[in-house]
Order: sequence, then structure tokens, then C-alpha cells
Amino acid sequence: MTAAHSTVHGAEGHASPARLLRMNRMGLWLFFASDALVFALLLSARFYLDGLHTPPEVKQILGLVMTSILLLSSLTAYRAETAIEHGNIARGRSMLLLTAVMGSVFLAGVVMEWMLAEFSPGDGYGTAFFSMTGMHAGHVASGVLLLLMARRQASAGKFDGGGTRAWGASGIVMYWHFVDVVWVFFYPVLYLIH
Amino acid sequence: MSHSILRAPIVRGLFWAVVGFVLAAALVGGIRTAMGLDFWNTTVDWVIAYPVALLGWLMGVGVWPQWGREWLGGKAEPYALTGWQRYFGFSPDHKVIGIQYAVTFIVLFLLAGLAAMLIRIELAQPGLQLFTSDQYNAAMSFHGITMVAVAVATLLGGFGNYLVPLMIGARDMAFPRLNALSYWLVPPVAILLVIAVGMGGWDSGWTAYPPLSEVNKEGQVLFNLAVITFGVVSILGGINFLVTVTYMRAPGLTWFRLPIFVWGAISASLISFFFTQAFAAALLMVLLDRALGTSFFRASGGGSALLYEHIFWFYSHPAVYVMVLPGFGAALEILSHMSKKPLFAYRWAAGAMLGIVALSGIVWAHHMFTSGMDPALHAPFLVLTELISIPTGLIFLSALGTIWQGKLWLQTPMLFALAFVFNFLLGGVTGIYLADVPTDLHLHDTYFVVAHFHYTIVGGEIFALFAALYYWFPKFTGRMYSERLGKIHFWMMFLGFQLTFIPMFRVGIQGMNRRVADYPAAYGEYNLFISFAAFLLGASFLFFTWNMLASWFRGPAAAANPWRASTLEWQVSSPPPEHNFDEIPVITGDPYGYGGAGPAHNRPLGGLAAGSEGGS
Ligand SMILES: [Cu+2]
Repeated sequence: MTAAHSTVHGAEGHASPARLLRMNRMGLWLFFASDALVFALLLSARFYLDGLHTPPEVKQILGLVMTSILLLSSLTAYRAETAIEHGNIARGRSMLLLTAVMGSVFLAGVVMEWMLAEFSPGDGYGTAFFSMTGMHAGHVASGVLLLLMARRQASAGKFDGGGTRAWGASGIVMYWHFVDVVWVFFYPVLYLIH
Repeated sequence: MSHSILRAPIVRGLFWAVVGFVLAAALVGGIRTAMGLDFWNTTVDWVIAYPVALLGWLMGVGVWPQWGREWLGGKAEPYALTGWQRYFGFSPDHKVIGIQYAVTFIVLFLLAGLAAMLIRIELAQPGLQLFTSDQYNAAMSFHGITMVAVAVATLLGGFGNYLVPLMIGARDMAFPRLNALSYWLVPPVAILLVIAVGMGGWDSGWTAYPPLSEVNKEGQVLFNLAVITFGVVSILGGINFLVTVTYMRAPGLTWFRLPIFVWGAISASLISFFFTQAFAAALLMVLLDRALGTSFFRASGGGSALLYEHIFWFYSHPAVYVMVLPGFGAALEILSHMSKKPLFAYRWAAGAMLGIVALSGIVWAHHMFTSGMDPALHAPFLVLTELISIPTGLIFLSALGTIWQGKLWLQTPMLFALAFVFNFLLGGVTGIYLADVPTDLHLHDTYFVVAHFHYTIVGGEIFALFAALYYWFPKFTGRMYSERLGKIHFWMMFLGFQLTFIPMFRVGIQGMNRRVADYPAAYGEYNLFISFAAFLLGASFLFFTWNMLASWFRGPAAAANPWRASTLEWQVSSPPPEHNFDEIPVITGDPYGYGGAGPAHNRPLGGLAAGSEGGS
């Protein structure tokens, strides 16, 4: 290998903002792939343990309401992201807050479901139900915290100017979408199949 | 000293860990009391209070001032410690982190090796002499999981972190603070395992199969928490390597100009970021069964212990490649530089590593031929497993082709690298008997298995690790090790290793069960011999430790390029300057430019290698 002097130089290494953004994105996507496997394992455990059986006691209305709220929150998260990327920080902040509130309502729904559940965590369906909703709710809870952090950073002026500077906010919004997509798989598997 | 000991990052981390643990445990206790339950329940308290303690530890050790403040819109502090103190804090420098990993895991290696010596004292004769059965199980389990962690993290975490940015002409890893975070998750793993042993240990080995792992002592809970934490280390590290190599290669450094060690690190990272979470998930399910009463693996609730084995081996077979792929890379690297020949069939070797990654995920059930799973699965898993011998064979041929008619420079690293080739052949060949169902039915859970995987992991990866350790020691420390002590270490370790594990194949074929403190008297003579050989193996590390310590503190200064090697890390000073390269190099050729018109290997490269003449 012949190493010659070159013109590439820079105090922080050799990453331009655009390349840094691509690196951040790749890191996040790899994390999603990695995390998705945990969810996939839980999902396949559900079929392994209890086949297609879903007990009639499952609260269908509550599940449908919660699912709708979570899906809607992806829309507000998206609006937060575009607002911040276009430099409209005030609008982004309120959308982040709205998303966090909807996420919290979803979490309250999970707690309610757990308290109302008429099956025990000790049987096949219960094992799947409590572990899958629990694992997902843990992700939603961390997502709510992250959204609030993004809002705080927006207030501190970290995303001013939008564009690549808004990465902190878009990364968190991407995480929120990821958690939503997981639920898109979990909801039918836990509530709808028979 | 500007920092009093009380303000040292580790002390702060421990302080906040204890505060977090106590607060969380008090809260749990309060709620439990209100519900009419006992204040303290070891399982529930550890499962809830440990994550809080972990958060406190990380924040205290440096995440909060150097990173966390940014999350709340504030400004982070730069890392302040310098000199020897920089190794004891949340340093984002990949070279510091590499040494942190390497030293931590070598200490753990010696500790787990000590456990192995105790095991061999116990097994020297039939009957019980040193341990109760329970203590034996604890020692065996501790030895197992600690060595697995050592094998997974020393080469990739230690050498990978130190070398990959240097080898690709980068100034650091892609995510330096995430890198530091990964490392600082390691001490809690070690602390948990030691506390678990202090609590009487756990008796389910490193595999933690239910139903035993769901009903045994509480040491099991700490084991599970430790291994889940270690899984996070592995995943974050893997992601970091993949992004680093994808985006931070120097201009002109195309994928097929990467040193083969970098390919080893890439392949291992692919596995660790995509499979590790299976082990973590399986152990989490065990914890849920224990703490919450779910029934993933409890047959009484409709669960299935077989499910655990599937999930566990889905990771734990690929895990052996997280261990050996960086070992392959390091060994091939050293074989080429020390033979002064280009790496033979470089592209085939790199491709074979990726082939191993691809196959690794679809062979796991070869560990389960006796588990009672559907026999229809036997034949496919037999065939798929045997397919792996094709890419591993390619790597073996690459090693042979590289040393073929080379002018071998038999310094300590080269001896270890050659031993790696020899051992791995034996490990690979004996693996065939375990992949074949008919022979495996007889050999399963005997000492044949123990001997086989020690040949692949110790004989393969750990020998490669020591090759790497001696080879890059001058680069890491700026000092030269003692060649004489190194050779003593090598010959004692090599002979001790062969004499320990070859007889184990024999007693295994005769049916001696593994993981049991006692055995029938008929195996006595062999075991006495094995124990003495193991003590020889163990004693070799006294020479190793002495060599490392004495050389690091008092060894002669090392040249920038004592091996006259052609890869980038040798073209900078030993140890390298803080940001590796004053100017990012431009790459115009492949990494093994030996031979051809005029020997390229000791040609000063682009003026960066001034003072590289010399050697030892
Ligand atoms: Cu295997």
C-alpha cells in the first residue's frame, strides 16, 4: 500500500455534514434492524406457544382506539420533522409535544389493558400478550422521553436553520415511526387472528 | 494531580450506581409492602433496580457531563483526563477504548483461567476433593461465560477498536461517544458476575438452559442481567464498526484493498449486530418467567424449553464466528507480513468470511440433535452445517498458500499464528463428528465436545489473539516485548494446550460426561494427566503476564514499524499520535505489496514511515 500525502484535511476528521448525516442514518437503520429481530423473536414465540388462538376476553375496542391513536401520532411526528427541517421551530415544538401526549395516552391504554386483562401471564396467550405489549410499551415510553428531549433541544436552538442541523429531531422521529411500525405487526397478531 | 480520587469517573459511577440501586430497591420494597408482600425479593429487586443502577453508573462515569447535557439542549464538556488517567474515564478516543477493552478482558481471561485451574484440581482424581458439587458448578459456569465474553470482545473490542480506524486511514470510529458507552457497559457485566459468584454462583453453565435456569438460585438472575448487558455492548460495537468502515475509509481505500483483519472485524460485526439480541431475548424471557410468572419455557403453563434452545443457539452458534472471524483476520494478517508474501487468495478469503456470516444463521440446530426436536430437522441441519467447511476451508487454504515457500520470520507472533493454523485444522476436523447426527448422538455432552470447542476457540481464536497481542504490542505501547519470554510463553502454551485437550477427545469418546464434578474411577489416569498438562498451560501465562507488565513499563522503545509491514497502522509512530494521521493518506495499492519489482515492504511509504527501520 503506498500512502502519499493528500489534500484531505480537517480538524474533526474528514466528514462533511452531509456525510455525517448519512453515517447517523446508517447507524440508526442498523439499530432498527437489530431491534426488529427482538420483536420478531417475540412475535414468533407467540405462534410457537399458542398458535393462532386468541381468547375472547381481549378488549377489542380498547385495542382499536389505542392503535388509532398511535398511528395518528406518526402523522404528527412527521409534521414535527418537516416543520423543523424547514426551520419552523415553533410549529415543530408543538407537534413534538402533541406526539408525546398521544404516546402517553397509548401508554395509559396499555396500563389499563394490563389491569383489565382476564387472562394470566402464566398461559400461552398471556405470556405472548404481556411480553409483547410490555416490550413495545417500553419502546413507546423511551420514545416519549426522546420526543420531549427533542422539544427541549428545539427550544435551546439546536435545530435552528433546519437542514442537516435538524438530524437530532429527525432521528427521534424515525425511531417513533419504527416503534409504530412494530405495532402495525403486533396489533393484528395479538388482537385479530383466530 | 488535579483530580482528587473522589472525583474520579469510576468512583462517581460507582456512587451513582449504588444510589440508583438503593432508591429503586426502596421504591420496589415500598410498593411490595403496600401490596402485602415481603419488602425484599432478590429476583424482582435486581431486575428492576439493576437497570437504574446501570443508568447511574453510566451517567456518573461520564455520559452525563460529556453527552447527556446535549440531550437537554445544553453543552457537553470535552474529555479532560490525560496521561495514564485517560484510561480511567469516558474517553472517546478509539485507541484508549481499544486498550481499555484489551486490558479489561485480559484480566478477566486470567481470572477465568484461574477458575479453570481450580476445576482441573477438582478433576485430577475421581471423587470430590476441592469443591462441593455446587461449588464446582459455580466455578464451571463462571469459567464458561467469562471466557465466552473474553473470546467475543478481546479481539473485536480491543484490537478492532484500536486498529480498524488506523488501518482504514481514519481519525476515529464513526461514533466515538457511543464507542465509549459500549466499553463502559463492560465493568457492570464483570461486577455482576463476581457478585453472582459471591452469592453462591449459578449452576446452569454459560448456556443457562431452562427448566434449570428458571428454578435455580438467584445467582442466575444476575447472570442473565450481566449477559443481556454484554449483548448491548456487542450490538453497539458491531454497528459502530459497520458504519466506520462504510464511510470513513481513506480516499482510494476500496473494499478490496482493506487489510484482511478489517474484513474479519466487518464479518464479526455483521453477526454481532444481527444475532446477539437472540441470546439477550432468550435470557430476558427467562427473567420474565422468573419475575412475572410468564411461561415461555415452563411446560406447566404451556411453554417449551425447546423454544429456549432454538433462540439461544440462533445466536450462540454465530457467536463462535464473532470470536474466530477477527482471529482469522489477525492470523492471516500476521502470516502475510511475517512471510513477506502477499496474502494468498485475498478476495476468496474475504468472500469466505462473508460466506461464513451467511451460513452461520442457518445451522444452529446442530446443537440440538439429542434435544428431542423433530427428527425431520436432523438431515437439513447436518448438511447445512457441513457446508460451513467450504468457506472455512478456503480460509485455511489462504493461510497455507500465504506461508507456502515464504521466508518465515519466526518471531513470537508468527509462532502463535502458525499454531493457530494447526489447531484450527484439528478443531475443524473434529467438528465434523459433532455435525454428523450418528456420531453426535454418542458424543453429545461428553469431553469430546469440550475438546472440540477448546480447539476451535482457544486453539483458533485465543492463539490468534496472542499472535495479535505480541504483533501489535509495540504499536499499542511504544515498547518492545521480550522475545525470549514470548517464546517461552508460546512453547509452554502450545504444548500444554495439546497435552490437555488431545486426551480429552479420548475420554470423551469413551463416554466421560462434561459439566460434572465427579466421574467413574476408570477415567482417573487420563484426568490426572490432563490436569498436569493444564497446569503447564496455566503456568505459561505467568511468563506472559510478566512479559507484558515488564515490557510495558520498562521495555526498550519500539520503532514505528518493527516488522517492516505494509499496512497503514505501521506508517505512523508507535504509539500513534492523538489523531492518528496529520493528513489523511491516499491509498493507491493493495495492503500486501510484498514481492514483485523491488521489495515494497520496507520502502518508506509516502514519507510517513520515517524512522521505521530497525526492529527487534
Ligand atoms: Cu454450532
